[in-house]
Amino acid sequence: MIAYLRNSWIRLFKGREAHVEKDVDVIESPIRDEVITIEIDFDPDDPILDYLSNQKSVVEVDKVLIESKVDSKGLRELKSAGVKILVPLVSQGELIGILNLGPRLSEQEYSRDDQKLLLDLATQAAPALRLAQLARQQQAEARHRERLEQELRVARIIQQTLLPKDLPQPDGWQIAAHWQPAREVSGDFYDFIDFPDGKLGVIVGDVTDKGVPASLVMATTRGILRTASEHYNSPGEILAYVNDQLVPNIPANMFVTCLYLILDPSNGQMVIANAGHNLPMIREIDRIGEERVTGMPLGLMPGMEYEEKVSELKPGSSILIYSDGLVEAHNPQEEMFGFPRLNQALSCLSDESDCPDGEELINYLLEQLSSFTGPEWVQEDDVTFVVLDRFSRNENSYGSSVVEGNKLESFLQNSDCSWELLTEFSLPSEQGNEMEAVANVEKALQEVIIASDRLKRLKTAVAEATMNAMEHGNLYDESKTVDISVLSSHELLVVRISDHGGEREIPEPEAPDIQAKLDGLQSPRGWGLFLIQNMVDEMKVISDEEHHTVELYFNITGDQA
Amino acid sequence: MSEEFAAAVRQGSDISFIDLSGEINSFAERGLNDAYASAEDSGPSTIVLNFSDVTYINSTGIALIVGLLARSRGANRAIAVFGLDDHYQEIFQITRLSDFMSIYPDEETVLANVISQA
Repeated sequence: MIAYLRNSWIRLFKGREAHVEKDVDVIESPIRDEVITIEIDFDPDDPILDYLSNQKSVVEVDKVLIESKVDSKGLRELKSAGVKILVPLVSQGELIGILNLGPRLSEQEYSRDDQKLLLDLATQAAPALRLAQLARQQQAEARHRERLEQELRVARIIQQTLLPKDLPQPDGWQIAAHWQPAREVSGDFYDFIDFPDGKLGVIVGDVTDKGVPASLVMATTRGILRTASEHYNSPGEILAYVNDQLVPNIPANMFVTCLYLILDPSNGQMVIANAGHNLPMIREIDRIGEERVTGMPLGLMPGMEYEEKVSELKPGSSILIYSDGLVEAHNPQEEMFGFPRLNQALSCLSDESDCPDGEELINYLLEQLSSFTGPEWVQEDDVTFVVLDRFSRNENSYGSSVVEGNKLESFLQNSDCSWELLTEFSLPSEQGNEMEAVANVEKALQEVIIASDRLKRLKTAVAEATMNAMEHGNLYDESKTVDISVLSSHELLVVRISDHGGEREIPEPEAPDIQAKLDGLQSPRGWGLFLIQNMVDEMKVISDEEHHTVELYFNITGDQA
Repeated sequence: MSEEFAAAVRQGSDISFIDLSGEINSFAERGLNDAYASAEDSGPSTIVLNFSDVTYINSTGIALIVGLLARSRGANRAIAVFGLDDHYQEIFQITRLSDFMSIYPDEETVLANVISQA
């Protein structure tokens, strides 16, 4: 209350009635010249405050000091400032201000009429003052909230920099990750560490709780894990070290679950240690199971030891490391997503080509989660996944078969289906030529019955793939052509787009994230590959020393291939 | 053979329209950005992009639109969009542009919704 009491000493000046008997200059605009602001801090217990809030009339300072028992420091200060009468400003039974007046210029006493006028003024002024105080308070709160929200937004951006910028892509492997905080900031994290002997450390961690406290512990833990990984090279030793470092540096009721896996990409060997985290799921061609290795969460008790499990991830298999947010998600009927559903989501119903992997597996899991929880879902916990896929022996990094050369003849020879060639053409790599490519493809498909929305998707994919071939493959060198063929077989279409950039590696682009682009963390570009992948049923890339060929597979009727 | 990009700006008091036509690809960069700057002139709180006469948007076009979105957010303006066919609406959804800009079927609906929010 003290903060809102500001005492103003106003001389009430009644216009023309202010002439005085003495020969004194009458001041023309007296109010402005006579208003002085004096700051008096009232003790919250000062009895005058209580006294005033019960007064229904104007209060004479002298009278109160002499007659009543009120011993008030504030009142004495007012008196020494020259205040003669006080008019309490009361709103809803609460004293919100005091109107203080000095002696009348005429030196007469304040009459009953004067006092009534002042009381009327106070009755009007008090609610207005209250409103102004409330408005100011609300504005301050809104500014404070806005500041906090802004800080959280920045914290999120900072936290994203603590996550790996790029996903490692060792030969023969595909690695994908997903990080989705429940709030602006997260207690979940994942990290990748390159060891000097070529091995790859994969870490997924989950701090108890969520939001700001968890995110701070996340940052600490991640740092200690990185340091530990410079001194030790076995996951059990690393976790033991981190645990001991964390125990004194973490609030008493918090801990971190963590899974640390060291992978040898050359042979699929994994060494895994686990500090209380969910058991990772392994998917092999003929089975789905958990990797059983356990240990205490980090940060609870010092001196813990962590067992290590050695196993091999065979070609064609995947391992999924995930945090609680997935399995503990609830749907509107209060059921949990749970492990049985996760198991089911990972299993493939028919042959291997149906199984999504890597990034697709993550998207598939997210779709399953989203259809389970429904559109009204309020995310309860941070959701994080990391997936490691080992390609089967004849896959290269884009999941396609290594075929000799990019030639159409090889494609036709090596294929199980019988393909009909609908068209074949070449175009120079000149900006804008993708439009001609699309027109040619569309013309070739005139006899094919294909729904217009599916045709539009195919056209978009062809345009984007042709642009990529011209820009990244041929570097817009007009002397280099893009060679395109369109083939059909029963329900399937394939468009093959070849460039002459074979000797260059295709850079692995970052998945476009519009939020990151708007926050300035990614370039606004980079949508081409993403669009292609979303428009076609399957995309394969074949590379040799001379060419890259992109194959776009398209199911004519729309059933997923 | 290619359909030239064009952009016409209609400035309103609090809402400006950019009527786009032709292909939104790399060749549209200058025209699109100039049109946007012009639409910003009157200080509208909403800028509406009219895609009714747009024949083609490729990934570069998406990037340009993301660029406009970033500019609008920096200036506290909303972007609304109408005239997209189903195919491009789908693309706006998978790229999540639709999370950041409201998509309407036609100009009348835009006005009804944007003005009622004013």
